[in-house]
Amino acid sequence: MTLKNVYDVVVIGSGPGGLAAAVAAKKEGAQDVLIIERDVELGGILLQCIHNGFGLETFKEDLPGPTYAERFIKEAQAIGVEVLLDTMVLDITPQRKIYAASKRNGFIEIESRSIVLAMGCRERTRPQIRIPGSRPAGVYSAGTAQRWVNVEGYMPGNRVVILGSGDIGMIMARRLTFEGAKVERVLEVMDYLTGLTRNYVQCLLDFDIPLQLRHTVKRVIGNTHVEAIEAVQVDAKWNVVPGSEEVIPCDTLLLSVGLIPENELSRKAGVILDPITGGPVVDDNFQTNVHGIFAAGNVVHVYDLVDWVTEAGYEAGKCAAAHAIEVRRKEHHLIPLIAGDNVRYIVPHMLDKRNLEGNEIRLQMRVSKPVEQPVWLEVHDKNNLITRRAERYVRPGEMVTVVLKPDHFAEVSKADSLTIDMVLR
Amino acid sequence: MPESYDFVIIGGGVVGCMLARWLSRYEGSVLLIEKEADICMGATAANTAIVHAGYDPLPGSLKARMNVAGNQMWDQLSGELNFPFERRGDYVVAIGDDELPALDTLMVQGKRNGVMGIQILPKAEMIVREKNINPDVSGALWATTGGICDPFAVTVAAAENAVVNGVKVMLNTEFEDFIMDGSRIVGVKTNRGDIRCRWAINSAGVYSDVVMHKAGIRPEFIIKPRRGEYFVFDRADITIDNVLFPVPSEKGKGILVTTTLHGNTIIGPNANLIDDKEDRATTKPGLDEIWEGAQKLVPSLSLKYVIAMFAGLRPYGNGPCKTPGIDYQHDYIIEIPEKVQGFVNLGGIESPGLTSAPAIAQEVVDMLKDAGEELKEKKGWDPIRRGRPRFRDMNHEEQKRLVNMDPRYGRVICRCENVTEGEIVAEIHSPIPALTYDAIKRRTWLGTGRCQAGFDMPRVVKILADELGVSPLEVTKKGQGSEFLARPTKQVEN
Repeated sequence: MTLKNVYDVVVIGSGPGGLAAAVAAKKEGAQDVLIIERDVELGGILLQCIHNGFGLETFKEDLPGPTYAERFIKEAQAIGVEVLLDTMVLDITPQRKIYAASKRNGFIEIESRSIVLAMGCRERTRPQIRIPGSRPAGVYSAGTAQRWVNVEGYMPGNRVVILGSGDIGMIMARRLTFEGAKVERVLEVMDYLTGLTRNYVQCLLDFDIPLQLRHTVKRVIGNTHVEAIEAVQVDAKWNVVPGSEEVIPCDTLLLSVGLIPENELSRKAGVILDPITGGPVVDDNFQTNVHGIFAAGNVVHVYDLVDWVTEAGYEAGKCAAAHAIEVRRKEHHLIPLIAGDNVRYIVPHMLDKRNLEGNEIRLQMRVSKPVEQPVWLEVHDKNNLITRRAERYVRPGEMVTVVLKPDHFAEVSKADSLTIDMVLR
Repeated sequence: MPESYDFVIIGGGVVGCMLARWLSRYEGSVLLIEKEADICMGATAANTAIVHAGYDPLPGSLKARMNVAGNQMWDQLSGELNFPFERRGDYVVAIGDDELPALDTLMVQGKRNGVMGIQILPKAEMIVREKNINPDVSGALWATTGGICDPFAVTVAAAENAVVNGVKVMLNTEFEDFIMDGSRIVGVKTNRGDIRCRWAINSAGVYSDVVMHKAGIRPEFIIKPRRGEYFVFDRADITIDNVLFPVPSEKGKGILVTTTLHGNTIIGPNANLIDDKEDRATTKPGLDEIWEGAQKLVPSLSLKYVIAMFAGLRPYGNGPCKTPGIDYQHDYIIEIPEKVQGFVNLGGIESPGLTSAPAIAQEVVDMLKDAGEELKEKKGWDPIRRGRPRFRDMNHEEQKRLVNMDPRYGRVICRCENVTEGEIVAEIHSPIPALTYDAIKRRTWLGTGRCQAGFDMPRVVKILADELGVSPLEVTKKGQGSEFLARPTKQVEN
């Protein structure tokens, strides 16, 4: 696919937030909309969420994750949203220049009038909750295990303890049980369930998987592979209740201990983050402090239901489109000056059509190479010569000035751009 | 007929690998054996990554001599072997007036050891140099020759250069015993068969006591693993750019607040003697201890930004200092014993072992020459180890050129540290092939960032499986027994 140099809206990430944003932006009148996705298909984490529970609000239907994603993917394709897959955005500047890389498409540099950040979130890790012990194979985030089981077709283990009563953890407890693993226990350090009650009923209760509140993992045991974990009860201040230690033999410890908005790129673009949510500070248009950069979905804060992510994505996409249209309108007034043959640069870089009245405009430039014979410096638009200046010679060390007079303005104002070339006389 | 070598090096930590590189300069065959699935898995793998100036060891000890000599070799070494090394200098920070005299003691000690560029800074100066320092700081010793490095990068670079110059490395090869001919060592027995040699070199780290006892040397020498625990912080949230030591105590150099070459602030280590030579588990009391210790230097640290924790084992030995008149029982052992022939014995190479490694390698070469070994310089020895591209360290133009040359460098596998498929594949096929997840992690920093492999792990397992031509079920974290996956999911039955 051929990439454009400039897009109206670029959406980073194609989970529910990104898909909704792209669809909304296109529908609201943005001309060129591009999604950049780091995985090989659109859909984000929805693709590994093969359980039901998606779309009750949006579609009044109970759908599995991939089906929910598919509806938006089809719509995006139908209305002409462009897509770059297997492509990682490396950097975003506050001027909305995007650097990305991909095995298929090489190194990519594009600009965009609006950007929607939709990178989603990542899982909290073992060091973040500081579980001591050895560092063997067999300790995974619930989401990593979910990818292995549901996307790649492999089981991480056969005897599992899950720490954290978050939704992914409970859903994985059921999923692993379906696959023939024994889920020994779900431990939760709080005295309440941190995920949805419906998941507790459908994933744990229905499968007789014990949930222990106010319990946590005291340490991981096993040098090469997990052999066991030591579980403990804690009091209201998370202090270990003496004598409550229990070694649970297992080969896998899954962590479902919270999600954090993923904002590596946002930081690079100068977006201000809220220390509480971990996501960008946004206004009611989902615009961040950086003009033209919007954010939607779990990258802003962690949602409970996908439907609200979709809703936020729609709103952000709509506002991103409106912003892009406004930027286009301003660009419409500007005529870029292009350095042509043997011209190195021109100042000013562009002309504002609204200033084309009254006084003459001086265009100053330097040449790239010396030419020791008479030359013209010709200013022209696509078809016509507008004016030219004669020089006996040109040298890089000596600046050249070409003057646009008021009687050139009528013609200049009709041009999309002006090019200045040096030609021999 | 077993294989035969002039030199067999037992143990692939920084000392063993540096020795391999030093010996590769001379004619004669060299084999390095390592019991783990990769080099650099023991004491070298988990330490504070500091190239020490040399004011800390007791004057007159072998430790002091190796430290100061080693420190001076690092600039040339990093140039030849192409690993990153920065002489940032380091500070010993005194908190409260009671600790001030300790700085004078270190200053005197440093001068006696021959350390150049040390001076004592007043409180006011230290507050300017490190704005996060405890306001009760009373002064600091500043050593300009202190440096920071990446111990994996150093060890891998040395080993690669050795391999390119003809040294053979055998991984997963565990020393079991010596083959003796009278009092002469003529080979080693390993789990992968017997290997004949003229010289066996003991660089077995925490196991160096076990190895020397098999040769009948120093039965009284014992290594007690001294475990040190660490926290690593997110560089986006906390940046302490200086290397800050507390004043030392009888337990060692104390709990530091320092920085890695990656820009992450790191705190630790404590120093607890344990019995199990494999027990690298962190502990709640241990982590509490380093947290308390670090806050003494930098009270504003926050546990919220911890992204990794680990523990390392230091080979703390009871080797007596050989200098007459010095009563010191924890010195390095670097010797060619008289009782057994064909044996170079190293032991108790704890901190500053990393700093000392090149000096120890040179010392062993000198000892071998003194022992009558000819050691003729090899024609065509190449001292230069070329580095491989690191996508993260490049600007956009360089990245573009690299991706155009090989599109695999365009596929980013580790989000936080920006490590590409091209780099991973290059490490899998490097002179010391990275065959496990951890081997790739150590060489590329992949998975070391704030998401701790949440994104990259399944992808790296797949790349390893593809490149090695094995099933993902066989891919391991750090060698046999550490497989990531147990079995395929249930197949749909027809």
